[in-house]
Amino acid sequence: MKLDPAIRDQVLSTVPSLRAFAISLCGHVDRADDLVQETLLRALAHIDSFQPGTNMPAWLFTILRNLFRSEYRKRRREVEDAEGRYADTLKSHPEQTGRVEFNEFRGALSKLPSDQREALILVGASGFSYEEAAAICGCAVGTIKSRVNRARTRLADLLSIDSIDDFGPDRATRAVLTGTGRS
Amino acid sequence: MKPGKPANVESSAPDAETPQAWDNMGRPTHRKSEVRLGREVQARIGQQLRALYDDVVKEGVPQHINDLVRRLSEQEDPTA
Repeated sequence: MKLDPAIRDQVLSTVPSLRAFAISLCGHVDRADDLVQETLLRALAHIDSFQPGTNMPAWLFTILRNLFRSEYRKRRREVEDAEGRYADTLKSHPEQTGRVEFNEFRGALSKLPSDQREALILVGASGFSYEEAAAICGCAVGTIKSRVNRARTRLADLLSIDSIDDFGPDRATRAVLTGTGRS
Repeated sequence: MKPGKPANVESSAPDAETPQAWDNMGRPTHRKSEVRLGREVQARIGQQLRALYDDVVKEGVPQHINDLVRRLSEQEDPTA
C-alpha cells in the first residue's frame, strides 16, 4: 500500500517545524536531524494509526517527543553542560541576527528547565494551543500553562540579570524593555 | 553568567519559582514578579522566541529527509 500523496505532503510540510522543535530538545543539530529521521521512519511505519483529517503536526511532534524521552534523554544528559548546548548550537546558524541582545536571549532560553522550555516553544513558537501542547506532552492543560508562565517569568528574570552583569543597567533596560535593534 | 555557578544563585527574584506561587491546580497565583512582567517584556520574549525558531524553519526540509520520506512513501511496505 503506497502512501497517499496528500498524507506524504502533510508529513513533509511539518518537517521544518519538527526540526526546530527537535533542535530545542536535543541542543544539537546533527542529533536533532537523527531524531527527526527516526520520527519519520516510525511515523510512516505506523501511518495506519494516523487518522486523516486529524492534526498531523501534533501527531508527529508527539512521536518525536516520545522518542526523545525514551532514547535520547540519557545520552543528552551525559553531554549537556550547564551553560547550555542549545545556545551554542544556534550560533552555528550564520543567517541569524548576530546581535548581542539575541545571544542573550538564546543563553537565557538554554538555562530554562527542559520541561518549561519545551512547553514555551510548543505554545510560543510552534503555534500549538495549550490543549495540543498538553496532548503532545502527555500532561494536563494546567501543567502546560504553568510551565509556560514559569518559563516566561524566568526568561524575563534571566535577561535582566544577565544584562546587568554584562553591560550595566542602561544596556539591560534597553535590551529587555524596548527591544531595540531588530527592525 | 559565570561558569560553574549554581543556577539558583543567580536569580535575585525571590518568588520566581517558589511552590507557593502556584496553586494545587498548577495555576499561577498573583505574584509580584508577574505584575512586574509588563506586556512589553512578554511581547519581546515572544518575538525573540519565534525569531529563533523560524530561523530553523526557514531552512525548510533537508534534502536527505525529503528523499527519505519520498522513498518510504513509494514502498509497498514502509517497514521493509
